[in-house]
Amino acid sequence: MSGTGPRESVFPTRMNLTLTKGRLKGAQTGHSLLAKKRDALTTRFRTILRKVDEAKRLMGRVLQLASFSLAEVTYTAGDIGYQVQESVKKASYTVQARQENVSGVVLPAFDGVRSKDANFNLTGLSRGGQQIQKCRDTYVKAVGTLVELASLQTAFTILDEVIRATNRRVNAIEHVVIPRLDNTIKYINSELDEMDREEFFRLKKVQGKKKRDAEKANESRQVQNAEFTEGGGELHRDEGIGGGEAGGADMLDEGKDDDVIF
Amino acid sequence: MEALGFNIATGFLEGVVRGYKGALLTQANYHNLTQCENLEDFRLQLSSTDYGNFLANEPLPLSTSTIADKATDKLVAEFNYLRTNAVEPLSTFMDYITYAYMIDNVILLTLGTLHERDTHELLERCHPLGVFDTMPALCVATNVEELYHSVLVETPLAPYFRDCLSAQDLDDLNIEIIRNSLYKAYLEDFHKFCQTLPSPTSEIMTKILSFEADRRTLNITINSFGTELTKEQRARLFPTIGRLYPEGNNALARADDIDSVIAAIDHISEYKSFFDKSNTTGNTGAAGEGGDEGGSSLEDEFFKYDVELNKQSFLQQFQFAVFYSFIKLKEQEVRNLTWIAECIAQDAKDRVNDYIPVF
Repeated sequence: MSGTGPRESVFPTRMNLTLTKGRLKGAQTGHSLLAKKRDALTTRFRTILRKVDEAKRLMGRVLQLASFSLAEVTYTAGDIGYQVQESVKKASYTVQARQENVSGVVLPAFDGVRSKDANFNLTGLSRGGQQIQKCRDTYVKAVGTLVELASLQTAFTILDEVIRATNRRVNAIEHVVIPRLDNTIKYINSELDEMDREEFFRLKKVQGKKKRDAEKANESRQVQNAEFTEGGGELHRDEGIGGGEAGGADMLDEGKDDDVIF
Repeated sequence: MEALGFNIATGFLEGVVRGYKGALLTQANYHNLTQCENLEDFRLQLSSTDYGNFLANEPLPLSTSTIADKATDKLVAEFNYLRTNAVEPLSTFMDYITYAYMIDNVILLTLGTLHERDTHELLERCHPLGVFDTMPALCVATNVEELYHSVLVETPLAPYFRDCLSAQDLDDLNIEIIRNSLYKAYLEDFHKFCQTLPSPTSEIMTKILSFEADRRTLNITINSFGTELTKEQRARLFPTIGRLYPEGNNALARADDIDSVIAAIDHISEYKSFFDKSNTTGNTGAAGEGGDEGGSSLEDEFFKYDVELNKQSFLQQFQFAVFYSFIKLKEQEVRNLTWIAECIAQDAKDRVNDYIPVF
C-alpha cells in the first residue's frame, strides 16, 4: 500500500500526480547524467593516478641524479652555493598556471617556463664550469618533474573531491529522491483508486435506492390504477410532446434536416 | 749550498710536514673506505687512520658536509701549526699559500656586502685558511671604493687589486671576472716570489705554478665558450706564466671551440694527452653529450696531473715546495673523502672509484 517508505506530503490529486511524474522523469535524467559525469571523472582520475605514480618514481630517480651531479660539482669546484645564490637576480624557472576543463570541473595545470637569458654569471669559470652546467641542467629537469607532479597532485585532490560530491549526488538521487517520488506516485495512484472505488460504490448505492423508489412508486401507482379502474375510470397513456403514434421515439434519431436554401 | 743552512731554520718543519705526508691516506685505506656500506662504517674506517676520532663528537646522522668540514679543520690545524713555527722566508711562502683562499673570502664578503647579507653568516662561510684580521671590517663598507680604501689596502691583496682593477671596474665587472683577475695577479706574484728563493724551491714551484696557470687558462677558455665573455676579456684573465705562455695563450685567446684549444696545446705532450684521454671516454656517449663527458674527465685529468706534480716535489729535500704540495695533496684528500662519503650516502657505488688516489 501507499504507507510504505517516505513520500512527499502532497494532496493526492491528479495535478500533483502529473507534477510528480514530471519530477520523477527529471530525477531519472539527472541521475543518468550525473552517473555519466562520474564515470568520465573516474576515468580521468585513474589516468591521473597512474601519471602521479609514474611521476613520483621518475622524481625519485631524477632527484637522485641531480643531487649526485651536485656532489660532482662540490668535488670539482668546491662550495658554490653562496655564489650562485648571490648572482641570481630573477627566477630562471617560473611556473605558469592554466585551467583545464574536465566535464565541468576546472583543474589547475602548471607549466614550467625556463627563461632564456639566465646564466650563472660565469660561475666556475676557472674550475668545474662543465659540471656546474650539467648540474644545472639536471636540476632544471628535476624541477620540471616536480612541477608536473604538483600539477598532477592538485588535479588529483580536486578531482577526488569532485568525484566524492558527484557520487554522493548520484547515490542520493538513486536511493532517496527517486524512491520518494515513486512512493508519492504510488500513494497518489492508490488514493485516486480508492476514491474511484468509493465513487463507484456510492453511485451503485444511489442507483439501487433509485430503483427501489421507482419500484415503490410503480407499485403504488398500480394500486391506484387498479382502484381507479375498479371505480369505473379509464386509463390513458400520457401523450406528451410527440406522444401518440410516434411517442417515445428519439428526437435525435430523426435524421438530418433538409438544407435550408435562401 | 742551500742544504747547508736549511736545517737550521726549517729542518724541524720539513720533518713535520713529511710526517704529515706519511699520514695521508694510502690506496689500501681508500679501498677500505670505498667498501663501506654507510657513513657509520666510513667513520669507523677513518678512525684507524691518522684522522683518528675526528668525527667522534658529531651527532649521529652524519652528513657529508660535516665530514668535509671536519677534515678541512684538520688540514687547517696542521697548516697553522706549520705556519706558527715558520721563520722567514718560509713564513712568507706560507702566507702566499693563504692568499689564494683570501681572494675567495674577499670575493665572498664583497658579494655578500653588495647584497646586504648577514655578516656573521658570511664569515662562517669563509675558508678558514684565508682568514685575516681585518676581514670582518669588509662588511662595513657600503661601496666598492670605500671597501678598497678602508680595508683592502691593509691586506696583502692590495697590490693585486691596484694592478688589475680600478674602482670603476669593481662596480661594473662581473664578480667572477674580478676573482679570476685577482687570481691571475696572485699566481704571477707568487711565481715572482718563488724566483727569489734558492734553487730547488724555485724550480719545483715554477713547475707546479706553471701547471696551475695553464690549467686555469685552459679551463677559462673551455668554460667561456658560449657565454657572454668576450675574447679580449678572456685573454686578460690568462696568467702570464706557465708553459702555454705566450704563444699558447695567444692561440687560446682566439679559440672558438674545443678543436682549436687542442690545436693550441698540441706542442705540449702532457696537456695533449689529457684531451686524448678525456676524448676517448667522451666518444662513448652521443655526439652532443660527448663534449660534456670529455669536459668532466678533463678536470679529473688535471687533478691527476696536479697530484702527480705535487707528489714529485717530495722527492727533493731542502726546499719549500713540500709545504705547498702537502696542502694541495691534503686538499685533494679532503675532496676524495667528500666524494666517497657522498657516493656512499647517495648509494652511487658505481662512481665511488672516481676519486684520485694520492699515494
